[in-house]
Amino acid sequence: MTQFYGYERPDGSVGVRNHLLVIAPVDCSIEPARKIAEQVEGAVAVTQTYGCRDDSMVVHNLVGTALNPNVAGVLIVGLGCETLTGDILMEQIEPSGKPVYNITIQEEGGTISTHAKGVGILQRMAQEMGKIKREAFPISKLTLAVECGGSDATSGLAANPAVGVAADKLIDEGGTVMFGETQEMTGTQHILARRAVNEQVGKDIYSIIETQENRLKAMGVDSRWMSKGNIDGGLTTIEEKSLGAIRKGGTKPIQGVLFNDWKRFDKPTKPGLYLMDGPGWDVPSVTHMVAAGAQVVCFTSGRGSTTGHAIAPVIKITGNPGTFAKMRDNIDINAGTILDGSESLNSVGDRIYDMIVETANGRLTTAEALGYKEFIVFKRSREAEHMLGHC
Amino acid sequence: MKKAIQIDEKDNVATVTDDVKAGEEVEVLSPQGEVILKTKLIDDVIFGHKMSLRKLKEGEEIIKYGEIIGVASKEIPVGEWLHTHNVNSARLHTPGEKVRGVT
Repeated sequence: MTQFYGYERPDGSVGVRNHLLVIAPVDCSIEPARKIAEQVEGAVAVTQTYGCRDDSMVVHNLVGTALNPNVAGVLIVGLGCETLTGDILMEQIEPSGKPVYNITIQEEGGTISTHAKGVGILQRMAQEMGKIKREAFPISKLTLAVECGGSDATSGLAANPAVGVAADKLIDEGGTVMFGETQEMTGTQHILARRAVNEQVGKDIYSIIETQENRLKAMGVDSRWMSKGNIDGGLTTIEEKSLGAIRKGGTKPIQGVLFNDWKRFDKPTKPGLYLMDGPGWDVPSVTHMVAAGAQVVCFTSGRGSTTGHAIAPVIKITGNPGTFAKMRDNIDINAGTILDGSESLNSVGDRIYDMIVETANGRLTTAEALGYKEFIVFKRSREAEHMLGHC
Repeated sequence: MKKAIQIDEKDNVATVTDDVKAGEEVEVLSPQGEVILKTKLIDDVIFGHKMSLRKLKEGEEIIKYGEIIGVASKEIPVGEWLHTHNVNSARLHTPGEKVRGVT
């Protein structure tokens, strides 16, 4: 049984990082929240740009991130007159037992007073959280999110299958894996549904893919078509194209679909593999999966990508040896060794698994070491969903 | 020697990792890295495209990633290039520039 060294939280979950989260619940307080976070070691600000309405899809992402075990404590910095108040967030974060503080600029009397108070709170929390020691835990306490972006012909051939090997290994050890980007599952619903643990999960898989196809259709896009570039690159059928993407999640049975709408925000309830019904682009998809509890992310990219995340380490894997050589400072693992036969698929998968464990133990990813802290909340258009009959 | 990769042990096709000319020999590697086949290719097959690992009958399922990616539209001998000219989607097929997916 593999172990990793993490930080235990009051609710029994285990973080691989010890961040302090500063939340700006409204766009009016983004800059003050960022300035406060910049002042204190280990603090990071997360923001959203959908205004000040109390929209539950936004709340799910912010609260979910605060509840992620990589967060040790939370400071909310609001303006004061927003509908999405700090109290709404606090109420949902407090049951975790983490320290949570809530201040507003209008109450404190301007940004200078707010800054002084906020920095003081964070400074004390930073000193306290330094006392939490890393301890050994079974790898079953780990949830991994897998993502791909900037794909090329090597993604489906090397990087994604190799990450799939690591995902399978983590699940064999009792861990949890999730992957998203529903639109990339087009054409494989019958294959994914066959892997569902029960009939309901199978129906959910058909339902999310059909709903996503309808959304794209409403914009005049038929997601079932492959481009000439896809075909020239060697992809013969839509099944093959989508399988190349979803293989990054491995081959295990699918325990459930994680829905995120205005009514529900699902998180894995037991170990195994989950599909996240989420957005089809990188940063919001990763933001979404980390809000659902993933402590570590594996991100495959053929062309090369730089992004990290505010509170979760993002391990970059490329299957393209040229990209690895050119973007060495943004890539953690070269899976391109599969292509010249110098390393087997399974051996690269083992290397990725080892990197997941090392990263959980504290090794910084390229994105972390460069200070990249991406965080973008994804929210669907309520008006469009209503017109499509989805809510 | 040029290589081709079998992604899943159940696969009856492999993907070449270099541009290979007809008549040139390739070595096919399993997920464990073992050489499972050495064969001369019947067609030119470019990087990222597929070759057959065994003789496939018309109507036989094409397996890649351990799953069915399509069906052989004619008999395919070992070492032949597999693409839209001899494989149809198992769900819905429109030949030509664009290949249509599922219902």
